[in-house]
Amino acid sequence: MSTPQTATQTNDAHDGGHGDISVGLSGAGASGDGAASATRITPGNALRPEDIALAVSRGTAKPSADVAELALRLGDDALILAQRLGHWISRAPELEEDIALGNIALDQLGHARSFLSYAGGLDGRSEDDLAYFRREPEFRSVQIFEQPNGDFAHTIARQFVVSYYQFELYRRLAQSTDATLAGIAAKAVKEVDYHRDHSAQWVLRLALGTDESRQRMIHAFKTVWPYVDELFRDDELTGRLSETAAAPQPSSLRADFDRLTGEILAEAELQVPNVQPAPGGGRRGLHSEHLGYILAEMQVLAREYPGASW
Amino acid sequence: MASQTLQSVPAEPSPARHEQSLEDVARRDAEGQAYFDKVMAEDSRIEPRDWMPAAYRKTLLRQISQHAHSEIIGMQPEANWISRAPSLKRKAILMAKVQDEAGHGLYLYSAAETLGQPRDQMMQDLMDGKAKYSSIFNYPARTWADMGAIGWMVDGAAIANQVPLCRASFGPYGRAMVRVCKEESFHQRQGFEILLELSHGTPEQKQMAQEAVNRWYAPALMMFGPPDDDSPNSKQSMAWNIKRFSNDELRNRFVGMMMEQVKVLELTLPDKDIRFNEETKKWEHGPLDWDEFHEVLAGRGPCNAQRLERRREAHLEGAWVREAAAAYAEKQAKKQAEKVSVA
Amino acid sequence: MTTPEPHAGNVWPIWEVFVRSSRGLSHVHAGSLHAPDAAMALRNARDLYTRRNEGVSIWVVPADAIASSDPDSKGSFFESPQGKDYRHATYYTKSEGVKHL
Repeated sequence: MSTPQTATQTNDAHDGGHGDISVGLSGAGASGDGAASATRITPGNALRPEDIALAVSRGTAKPSADVAELALRLGDDALILAQRLGHWISRAPELEEDIALGNIALDQLGHARSFLSYAGGLDGRSEDDLAYFRREPEFRSVQIFEQPNGDFAHTIARQFVVSYYQFELYRRLAQSTDATLAGIAAKAVKEVDYHRDHSAQWVLRLALGTDESRQRMIHAFKTVWPYVDELFRDDELTGRLSETAAAPQPSSLRADFDRLTGEILAEAELQVPNVQPAPGGGRRGLHSEHLGYILAEMQVLAREYPGASW
Repeated sequence: MASQTLQSVPAEPSPARHEQSLEDVARRDAEGQAYFDKVMAEDSRIEPRDWMPAAYRKTLLRQISQHAHSEIIGMQPEANWISRAPSLKRKAILMAKVQDEAGHGLYLYSAAETLGQPRDQMMQDLMDGKAKYSSIFNYPARTWADMGAIGWMVDGAAIANQVPLCRASFGPYGRAMVRVCKEESFHQRQGFEILLELSHGTPEQKQMAQEAVNRWYAPALMMFGPPDDDSPNSKQSMAWNIKRFSNDELRNRFVGMMMEQVKVLELTLPDKDIRFNEETKKWEHGPLDWDEFHEVLAGRGPCNAQRLERRREAHLEGAWVREAAAAYAEKQAKKQAEKVSVA
Repeated sequence: MTTPEPHAGNVWPIWEVFVRSSRGLSHVHAGSLHAPDAAMALRNARDLYTRRNEGVSIWVVPADAIASSDPDSKGSFFESPQGKDYRHATYYTKSEGVKHL
């Protein structure tokens, strides 16, 4: 896997003489308060989806069939979530939250692209081939990700569950015997850690804020919770992957998930909802009624112009 | 723009306690004016708590809040395509761009708030239809190519307008614009690259790109505001070092840049009258339909009602969330206070 | 950390944001934002003001907790140091040219 060379970027739009915002400094080497700036921007230095695609096309990263299938699952989870969260941008309860949800959506989209690029390494398909030209039964996402945004409480309830799940998963996946999976997960786990914090903060505020917000939060958890079990179900694939230490068994994440979400729920004075689990089936391509509409919207343009480049 | 006068204006800051006699106020105003004039003459900066003429404060508040509203309403035509972006890379870029616009709105509302107007009042004015925003966002984004044309032309025009504003005489406005301009540098490029990709794609894609350029050309030029001889406020804004170049100057310069760039795109601008005037050394363009501009500005554009309704909806549906967070903060603060008093 | 009184109903108070761009440098004022409390103000600041790696540390301060000098007292506050050249090395010309001084 290559690490991108990054240069410090100094886009100086500042053509006047007045300055309490300093610009044009080269960052790490600079010292002294004269260099202090609140607007020095850099692209940073991290594993990008493009790096995975490049490694795949060069043949330096090639997944086994099982690893590719797992990458497809996790890529689909993140992609569908990003698609859902993206809808909030320009609709959030406050402008600051537009930005927060936008960041989370972008993180998830980044994970999706990395996982899908890697999954495509099995048979030469690109991230876009996989995202735009598969049919609903070929998607491998778990059903909780496609559940509707609902009101803000529903989005937070879904986000709370999936970010605690993803954290436990990626934390272990970062130790995978498959170096590429480990690399993607190591980057993703830090971002998902922040998603946990974001959703936990909101669970507390909604649950302990006003009577209305508390009722909405309770209702939202009741609606989302039937889809929790599916996240932790093992199957033949996860069994084989855990034997080679490529990935953990989903069921092995459950205890930590229950303990950590339980702490927040207790602080929020909420009970784990007493609801029956849904049968699920997303990993086998069986989806709830919602996924078809998500895909119809997401894929419409790409499918109108098959083979086109964008 | 008659309805601008309806926009709420905050009360003037009251003079300090020891200065309440009429003479004191008059003396303070005279000293303040002299200092303000000196700052203008030196091309230095006015900061929020400095004395400033009432008209300067009002002009700034109107301009900065309109600018902020434009960023926030301007999110909508592009957000409309996030879910349908034709590749995952484009989806990520578009999401980041629309998110940036929310950020830019926030920076600008912050700058306006330093003049004493709370953000929720500005938001209320927007939702009540009392405040203006750039009328270009009342046009629909019909195809994917509009994402290219908006980035290249609309953001291009915005940047041409904004770069000189980094030197605006009001400190918080200038600082907000520095941040906005830095972030916006990628917005225009991503739009240009969308068009480039389309124009080098299938004939259908190329046509899509050309049609989008045709649709957005005139509204983009009109973003610079009315012609100089029909722009009564411009002169004062230039004297106050808020504006640095006239509307026509910026517009003509922008036309020149687009003429070069459109060649790279292998597309054309829908204006046969564009030419470089060798005598004035300036670019000229064909006539623009200012009647349409005023119609859209007055609320009779294709998407005015839709844009405002969407903003209202988000704000109203978010009310219970904002209330919950405020109530939680209050409860926590009370708990904290009790703990302290017990200890 | 103190949290300012939330304004009427659903309006969140203003916070000023200070960002340290890299280790060894001071926090610099970046701008402001609205948030219901300090915890959310920090998170909003992270999301709003460090989207492009602008920072390694953030401070948030309730806007109304900042006391500032009176702009009308510029003269009495800030002009006194002017004319006190002897505070600056350049005042001492006789020693010019002497090494390591």
